[in-house]
Parts: sequence; structure tokens; C-alpha cells
Amino acid sequence: MSDSDASSPSAAPARNYLNFATTAKSWLLTLDHKRIGLLYLISIAFFFLVGGFGASLVRLELLTPDGNLLSAESYNKMFTMHGVIMIFFFLIPAGPGVLGNFVLPLMIGAKDVAFPRLNLASWYVYMTGASFGVAALILGGVDTGWTFYTPYSSTYANSQVILTGLGAFIAGFASILTGLNFIVTIHKLRAPGLSWFRMPLFVWAMYATSIVVMLGTPVIAITLVLILLERGLGLAIFDPALGGDPVLFQHLFWFYSHPAVYIMILPGFGIISELISCFSRKRIFGYGFVAFSSMAIALIGFFVWGHHMFVSSQSVYAGLIFSFLSFLIAVPTAVKIFNWTATLYKGAIVFRTPMIYALGFLGLFLIGGLTGLFLSSMGLDVHLHDTYFVVAHFHYVMVGGMVMAFLGGLHFWWPKMTGRMYFQGWAIVTAIVIFVGFNLTFFPQFLLGYLGMPRRYHVYPSEFQILHVLSSAGASILGGGFLMLYIYLPLSLFIGRKAPRNPWPATGLEWEVAESPPSPHNFETTPVVTEEAYNYAHKDHAFFEQDIVDILPEEDENV
Amino acid sequence: MTNEFRLMPPVASDFAARVDVFYWFMVLMSVFWVVAIGAVVAYFAIRYRRRYRTQRPDEIHGSNRLEAAWTVVPFVLAMMMFFWAAHLFFDYAQAPADAMEILVTGKQWMWRLQHPDGTREINTLHIPVGQPVKLTMTSEDVIHSFYIPAFRVKADVLPGRYTRTWFTPTKTGSFHLFCAEYCGTEHSRMGGFVHVLTPREYDEWLQTASTAGGGAAVARLSPADAGERLFTRLGCVTCHGGAAGALGPSLVGLFGRERELADGTMILADEDYIRQSILYPQRHIAKGYQPVMPSFEGQVNETQLMQLVAYIKSIGSQKIGMD
Ligand code: HEC
Ligand code: HEM
Ligand SMILES: [Cu+2]
Ligand SMILES: [Cu+2]
Repeated sequence: MSDSDASSPSAAPARNYLNFATTAKSWLLTLDHKRIGLLYLISIAFFFLVGGFGASLVRLELLTPDGNLLSAESYNKMFTMHGVIMIFFFLIPAGPGVLGNFVLPLMIGAKDVAFPRLNLASWYVYMTGASFGVAALILGGVDTGWTFYTPYSSTYANSQVILTGLGAFIAGFASILTGLNFIVTIHKLRAPGLSWFRMPLFVWAMYATSIVVMLGTPVIAITLVLILLERGLGLAIFDPALGGDPVLFQHLFWFYSHPAVYIMILPGFGIISELISCFSRKRIFGYGFVAFSSMAIALIGFFVWGHHMFVSSQSVYAGLIFSFLSFLIAVPTAVKIFNWTATLYKGAIVFRTPMIYALGFLGLFLIGGLTGLFLSSMGLDVHLHDTYFVVAHFHYVMVGGMVMAFLGGLHFWWPKMTGRMYFQGWAIVTAIVIFVGFNLTFFPQFLLGYLGMPRRYHVYPSEFQILHVLSSAGASILGGGFLMLYIYLPLSLFIGRKAPRNPWPATGLEWEVAESPPSPHNFETTPVVTEEAYNYAHKDHAFFEQDIVDILPEEDENV
Repeated sequence: MTNEFRLMPPVASDFAARVDVFYWFMVLMSVFWVVAIGAVVAYFAIRYRRRYRTQRPDEIHGSNRLEAAWTVVPFVLAMMMFFWAAHLFFDYAQAPADAMEILVTGKQWMWRLQHPDGTREINTLHIPVGQPVKLTMTSEDVIHSFYIPAFRVKADVLPGRYTRTWFTPTKTGSFHLFCAEYCGTEHSRMGGFVHVLTPREYDEWLQTASTAGGGAAVARLSPADAGERLFTRLGCVTCHGGAAGALGPSLVGLFGRERELADGTMILADEDYIRQSILYPQRHIAKGYQPVMPSFEGQVNETQLMQLVAYIKSIGSQKIGMD
């Protein structure tokens, strides 16, 4: 790319990472972190649809107490497919794979990640894993639940456990490659002047996430292999009939899968910090505390796995330690919520779609977190474990928390990624529809859970029906909201207004230096950082893309 | 069972009442935080919305005093919840000595239950009100979980070992019994009802249940008595009969004691130890004996195993011999 090209007058569109080459090959063999981010975006958008289809059938079946839509077997396969896809092929790659890949190098002023080839390989590995998952579906599905509890999964289940297990196993390596790449990138490729405590909080969050990925994923990989060995070769590991220990599996599984909850949510914390700071026009309150609370959560998160096993014959004393640590981890989480709230204080708050999602996140994640305390309470979890209370809790965290944060981030960086503005009216309406639909879907499930409705039930006693009907009604609203995203976001690529370099106007190298969309190598010259992150006090606040200019006066009229 | 709509499950055990108190505390605490933080966020969002285009926010970077406050307050609250909930759990984990013991085996997809006098039932449980009941449970295949929401009690039921739980019903009536751990195709149908009866009704029920059962004589045998018969039939008695020179130790007084093994370690002789001694005798060799006991794996099913254990337990309380 020659300089004359890039700076040529505006008649011809500027050369950027999207238009400089458009062949299929230039996409499929790209080493550009931005394009890889988009490849991930398209893939997870597809899997979200498939997983959402599973959820729709589950909710439709639960409209009535007896199983009159699906057979018990297909119902079980449906919620398993929903869970497996949403966790392994949608939410785990969503934070790092899409937004991490696209924004992280831009944020730290790098031309790319440290190992671009590994980065491309990670997408292929992910797609290979996901293809195994899809193959398992086509070849009859799997009915173990996404938790694969033994000895059901290893000996008794009569479905595609091996293929699905392999799929999740392979997809795990994609996460590891991404995590490795981010850690090295953050250590080695920060622009001159960008010291650790000048990094945007999204970078801190990705750093914490990557550490969890690197330490946790190998354990689930080994565990899945052990299941495959027992199922395929009859090796005695988990099935007591062969001399194994079924609870050992639960320890190994949750040793990864609890931290995996943080793999899913930590990137969300980072996104929310960016959004709240930008749309309050203020530096984040307590930067250091927010950064370190991510690290504390990542660390303690490794030692709470036993809170999934209070009633599975674990010793009372082990339970005590796990319960204690689960309460402890609530503290840094609370610290984050308080700091985000305090950031709003005396700000100049602008309501744009990303901010609507961020405020929605605050409320929903708060409920998700507080109900987590119910489940960490040993005496109460005896009753709540494996009921709909748990289903409600993790959806408040994963959908109310992470999916909201992800959508907020997606709208925030959409102009940067695509060079187009989305339609503000549509976007705000959609955000509100999703918020309302979400609460109607999942709040009744808390009540169902306390009433004693067990999860993974194809048929249920009729006194639970009213709450189930409410939940299914909410799900159809929620589903409608999600579908609207699939309409207006792609549409904006064609008829959306052209995005300026910095539509919000936000701080950060990706906004202040890189173009929208960025050039193939992000920056023409390596940027130099001379100030802290979120230095909004010294920025221009006047211009906002899609501003309601004529409603807002230029100066304060009350003085 | 009524099908009326309700928002709280029935409270039918004393544990349930205590769990509910804690639950309401948690609900109030959560409502407080959601309302408080929600109100502050809403107030800030309105009060500090951008009203004119050149508006400047105040420059505030943080406050260590506030950070300390909102670290310490949640910590103290969290510890309070932790201790309260742990206290409740200890209650759940320890059955009283006078509890009536019911044996439970889970199997895809039904529950088999056996009363102390040998009466058996499937997917229903009849118990007298006010009587502490202790369940000793195992599974013949995958993991299940025995769950009675009205008692707020649940415990996983594992293959290859015994798990326990207990409760004291405080209210007569019929309450749901569920399997709470996903166990395969008909998981959602693996359950029925717990019928809590007055002690008189319970006695009457025992009468009719055992005569209605047809093979009344067999059904009426208590697990310990059935175990004693097995003990003779399977030939255990030849080695464990207590005769001088017998190959194995007398089992009288064994249950509940610390047992010294050949390698010098001590082990508690509980249900799991006895079970393992029968199925996998080579795993733990009792001190002073040769490893000659044959394995009975495949020759006894879970119900028979439970009966053998019940028998060895019953002679364990006789407290003679080994001291
Ligand atoms: C051939 C003789 C023999 C037979 C038959 C036999 N056992 Fe044993 N058993 C032994 C010996 C010897 C030991 C001690 C060594 C060991 O721990 O394996 C033992 C140990 C035990 C123990 C542990 C005792 C302790 O003090 O720690 C139990 C319980 C037991 N047997 C139960 C049974 C039952 C129940 C049966 C019948 C189903 C049975 N045994 C049949 C020889 C036998
Ligand atoms: C679109 C709206 C969604 C609806 C209506 C929905 C609905 C449900 C329901 C009803 C179940 C319970 C199945 C059962 O236990 O019988 C369930 C389980 C689950 N959902 Fe969702 N869900 C939605 C979105 C999501 C998303 C976005 C995720 C993750 C990112 C997710 C993750 C899970 C997981 C992990 C399970 C557990 C599966 C299992 O028990 O094996 N869901 N969902
Ligand atoms: Cu967990
Ligand atoms: Cu079950």
C-alpha cells in the first residue's frame, strides 16, 4: 500500500482493510486480525441462530405440561444441542474471537496480533470443532446435556457423545491459540508510551480472560479425552461398574467450566468499562480497582468449582471452602458494579444504543450475581441445585450479562468494523425489546426453581404451567428482538450512513488514530501514547454521530 | 395433589421452614441492592444526562475511601450469608440417631424404596409425620438425585457408593418426589409422591401394603433379616461365623468402628467400607487376615447388598467381640 493511495482525495473510497482485496481467498487466507474477527463474527452469528432454534423448540415444548411436541428423547437432544452450541461455539468465542480479535491490536496501537498465522489457524480449528458438533447433530444428536455427566455420558447414553466431545475438545484449542496470542501481543506489541496502567480496561479484561483460557482449557480437553477413552475403549475411569469414579468427572469438568463462566463474562466486563466511560464522557471511576478486580476474579475463579457439587456427596469441609471462596469472589464483582455506577456521577451522559445495552447489563448482571449468592449458600443450594433457579441464574449472567455486553460492544465498534452507522431508531427499539423479552423469559424461572421445578424436564406437574407459559411468551419476544439484529445490522452495510473516524467521540487509539474502517495495517505510522486511558476531560464533547442536534442546545440555557 | 397455582412450595419439614427464613433474607437483601443501585443509576442517568452540546463532565477519578467502603460492606454481608447457610447445611448433613432408615435404590427410571420392616414401594414413599427419616441411597446405573421440594431436601444418588440424607416431615399430605439429576430419556418421569401420614395411618398403611403385596412373607422380611438369610446362603457364615480357626474375622461389633488394615492404616467401617469389602475384598485387607475372601461382584444386586449391609450393621451395634 502506497501512501499516495491512502491519502488520495475523498472521491474514491479510501483504501481500507475491507476493500483492498475482495476475493474469497483474500478472506479465507487472511492474516489480518480484523478480518479474522469478522470471520468469527459470521460464524458465531450462525451458531447463535442454530442454538436459538434449539431454545425455541425447548420453550415451545414447555408451553404444556405433557410432552406433546417432541418425544422425550428429542427434547433431551434439543436442550443439549442448545447448551453445547451456545457455550462452546457461541459465547466462549464471542468475546475474544470477535471483539478481542478486532479491537485489541487497534487499542494498543499494534499492526496485528503477535502471531497472525496462529490467529488464522485458531479460526480454522474452531470451525473444525464446530463441524464436528454439526456432524453430531446431523448424525442423530446427543442427549447428555452440555455437562456430559458420567457414567451416563461414558457408558449409558446412546447418542453422538464421541463426536460432540471431540468437537468441544477441538474448539478448546482455538481458544488456547487466541489466548496465547493475546498474552504475547499485550506483553510485546504495545505502542510506545502505552504502559500497563494506561491500557484500556478492555485490554486488561482480555488479558485476564486469556490467562483463564490458558490454564483451564487443557483440563477440559483432557477430561473429554478421558470420556472418549472410556466410551471408545472401555478404559475404567469414571464408571464405577468398571472400577472408576463418576464424581471425579464432575471435579474435572467444573474445574474448567466454572472458570469458563469467567472466560465468557470477563470480556463483557471490559466492554462495559469502555461503554460507560465513553457515554458518560468521563474517565472510569477507580481504574486500578476495576483492572485488578478482573485479575482477582480470574484467580479466585479457579477455586470455586465445588459449589456445583454441594449435594453430590462431596465432603462437608470441602463444601465449606468452596462456599467461602464463592462468597469471596462476589466482592471484586461488587466492586466493579459500584465503580461503574460511580462513573455516571457528574458525567454528561449520552444515550446511544451501546449505552442502553450497558445500563441493561448493569441491572441484569446485578440480578445474575445476587442470585449466584443464593446458589453459593450451602443450605439453600440443597434445594435450588438442578432446578430452574439455576437455569434462570446462568441466563441472567450469560445472556443478561455477556450477550448484552457483547451487543453493546458490537454496536459501539460497528462503525469501526464496517465503516457504516447502524440505524439508531431500530437499534434502540431492539435493545429495549431484548431487555423486556429477556426478563419475561427468565424471571419466572426463578420462581419455578424455588417451587421445585427440576431442570431438564420434558414433562412437568401442571401447577407449574402458568409460569412456563409466561417464560415461553417472553422467549418469543426475546427471539423477535434477536432476529431484528439479523435484519438491520446486515442492512446497514448497504444503506447505513458512512461512519466518520470517531462517531462517539471516544478516546483510544482505535478511535482517535485509526480510520473507519481501518487501513489493512491499522496505522500508517506507529502511534505514540502520551496520556492515560479515558482522558475525556480534554476531549471534544460536542460532536456525536446521529446526534439529536436540533434538540440539544449548543450552550447551557439555564445560566 | 392440588394443581392450584402458587408462588411458594409447601413447607412440610422443619428444615424447609428454616431454609425459607434464609431464603427470604436473601430475597430482601437482593431486592434492596437491586432497588438501591437501580435508583442511583436511574437518578444519575437523568440528573447527569447531557443537556447541551458543549457540556463538560466533572473530573473525578476515584476515591480510596469509597473503594474501601464498597469492598468491606459486601465482604461483611457475604460472610454473614456464608455462616448462616453453612450452619443450615450442617443440619442437613447430620441425621439424628433415632431416625427411621429407608433404603433407596435409583435405577433408570424409577425409585425403589424399602421400609425398616421390609415393606417395599416404587416411586412413592409413605412416612409418618413427626418421625425423623433417614435415607441410605445408591444407584444401579447412572447418577440420580432424590429431591423432595416440600422438604427442601435433595441428595445425589450415585452408583458404586452410598449417599445419605434425612428429614423430619411436619405436615401430612402428598408432596412431589423428583429425580433432579439428569439421567437419560425418561428423567422427567422418574418420580412420584411422598405421602406423609399420621402415625396411625402409617401403621395401617404398613398392614395393607404387606398383605396386598401377594408374596407377603418375603416382603415382610426386614432388610437385616433378609441380609442374615443371604449371609448364610452365600456362605459368608463359613468364614465369618466367629468360630475359632475361621478364615475371616467375626463381623460382630464391626460397624461404626475404626478398622486397622494390613498396611497399618485405619479406616472407618461404614456402609461403603462393608460394600467394598463384599465387592472388592482385595482393596482393603483387614489386619491379621489373609486376602482369601472371594469377590461377590455380579453375584449380589444392589438390593441384596443393602440387605447384607443392614445385617452387618444390625450385629454391629451389639458391641461385643472386637474391643
Ligand atoms: C473364603 C472365606 C470368606 C468368605 C466366603 C467371605 N469372606 Fe469376608 N473376609 C474373609 C477374610 C479372610 C477377610 C479379611 C481379609 C480382607 O479384608 O479381605 C474378610 C473380610 C470381610 C469384611 C471386612 C471385615 C473387617 O473386619 O474389616 C467384610 C465386611 C466381609 N468380609 C464380608 C463378607 C460377606 C458379606 C461375605 C458373604 C457375601 C463374605 N465376607 C464371604 C473371608 C471370607
Ligand atoms: C434466546 C433465548 C434463550 C432461551 C429462550 C433459552 C432457553 C433455555 C431453556 C428453557 C433451557 C433449559 C433446558 C432444560 O434444562 O430442560 C436452557 C438451557 C440452557 N441454555 Fe438457554 N436459552 C436462551 C439463550 C441462551 C443463550 C444465549 C445461552 C448461552 C450463551 C444459553 C445457554 C444455555 C445453557 C448452557 C443451558 C443448559 C443446557 C443443559 O442443561 O444441558 N441459552 N435454555
Ligand atoms: Cu461455578
Ligand atoms: Cu433423573
